[in-house]
Amino acid sequence: MFEEFMLRALLSGTALSLVSGPIGCFILWKRLAYFGDSLAHSALLGVALALFLQIDAIFGVFVIATCVSLLLIALRSSRMFSSDAVLGILSHSALALGLIAVSLSNSGKIHLTSLLFGDILAVSWNDVWVSFGVTALILFLLVLQWRQLIAYTLSSEIASVERIGFWGSEVLFMVLCSGLVAIAMKITGVLLISALLILPAAIARIFSRSPEVMAVVAALMGVASIIGGLLLSLEFDLPSGPSIIAAATIFFVAALILSRVVLVLTDIRNP
Amino acid sequence: MPQSNSILVQMDDAGVRRDGKWLIRHVDISVQRGEIITIVGPNGSGKSTTLKVLTGILKPNEGKVTGAKGLKIGYVPQNLILDGTMPLSVRRMMNLTGHIKTDAIDATMERFHIDHLADAQVQSLSGGEFQRLLLARAVLSKPQLLILDEPSQGVDFSGQMEIYDYIREYRDQTGASIVLVSHDLHLVMAATDRVICINGHVCCSGTPEGVANNPQYLDMFGPQAAQALAIYRHTHDHVHLPDGNVQHADGTITDNCHRDDGHHHN
Repeated sequence: MFEEFMLRALLSGTALSLVSGPIGCFILWKRLAYFGDSLAHSALLGVALALFLQIDAIFGVFVIATCVSLLLIALRSSRMFSSDAVLGILSHSALALGLIAVSLSNSGKIHLTSLLFGDILAVSWNDVWVSFGVTALILFLLVLQWRQLIAYTLSSEIASVERIGFWGSEVLFMVLCSGLVAIAMKITGVLLISALLILPAAIARIFSRSPEVMAVVAALMGVASIIGGLLLSLEFDLPSGPSIIAAATIFFVAALILSRVVLVLTDIRNP
Repeated sequence: MPQSNSILVQMDDAGVRRDGKWLIRHVDISVQRGEIITIVGPNGSGKSTTLKVLTGILKPNEGKVTGAKGLKIGYVPQNLILDGTMPLSVRRMMNLTGHIKTDAIDATMERFHIDHLADAQVQSLSGGEFQRLLLARAVLSKPQLLILDEPSQGVDFSGQMEIYDYIREYRDQTGASIVLVSHDLHLVMAATDRVICINGHVCCSGTPEGVANNPQYLDMFGPQAAQALAIYRHTHDHVHLPDGNVQHADGTITDNCHRDDGHHHN
């Protein structure tokens, strides 16, 4: 029953989870939960652009996602709108423009459902290698800039005065997110990318006492969600993308209950 | 430009403008080596803005700020809120750069009485413990200039005294300069060489005694302030206009609020 398409799905999902875990942690720390949505929604526009320019979709998505994230940095300094309002505006405009662009360019090449919900069972070996390549690059940059990114996240003012981080940390982070969205699109689809960013990081928060541990646990929880979701999907013949997110949700609820139980037990033992 | 190498950082006629309004304007401050400067002034008078210009966080829209080459600054910001979204121990917070030796961290945590909290999560600290952590972290890399924005906020009385004692001790031991904003005038003055009173611009400056007897300071802080500088209260007879000029009680407008310009009334 273990067929090759399952192996490809597992491998590409694992590659994605290894970066979506740590990046998801930053998304939680920086309170950018909507940011993943905005980037993901802009991916549709990227696909249309790629089709128009006849380049690989992954590049189109990366370019558009990077533009949207730089736009976000620029708009965030506005005092008139809060960060979440700016993200909401970007997110919905990107989605609408993307849907329009896709429908205009529709020549039967684009399946909207697979763009929106992903089709991890249909990834090619080429997709697998690209996923691993991009993952390795993102992880490398993340480890290289880890201290600076953490310092900048805690206090951009302290980091810049004491020259720990620099404004480039913020841009680098946005670019890494765009890379992640580019590889995630085929695997989880536009609508589920931010779930794979947020859920594993949220599970990891429950059990972690340092940012480094949280990042590693988030990556592992992402991999566990991929495996659990694919098994669910295979066993009950369910759509794979949503099954992966459902598995992550089950882990999250289980983790919450477990942590409560542990808390109550320690209270009983040390009254 | 700094005229001699005894000046660490200098603001020349600096102004910061936001949304068409001057937060500070025509501010001249030079920080000498080994000097402790306290900046006082009413709420919204531009104290934090001045500190941010000195640190380089804000670029002035007018005038300039020049720092000594390779100047190392330690900074304690106002209103740093670390919520619980990032798990973070006190020890990890102390070592943000990752380049500091464990011995140095332990010694500094001990000096600030937070060594027993080394493994505690940062968001579980009390207000006083958190301010001590921020100050301990800022001095850890031995900066030549410490810039502290209300370092004793949320700290009880004895804790405040400890903080100001430490600030003086740090200057005496390292020869560093310290610029701080504080509302605890009665406590901070004993450890201060120079007071700068800011209200959109530099109203007056000098030694604590000199400033206490300065008519402009009395205008701003009330006559009670002269008695041990203990009471922090403001009566303003002039307002600062969006363009940086000053409108006096009689309606006249000048570019400063100095008494000797003939427009200042009490």
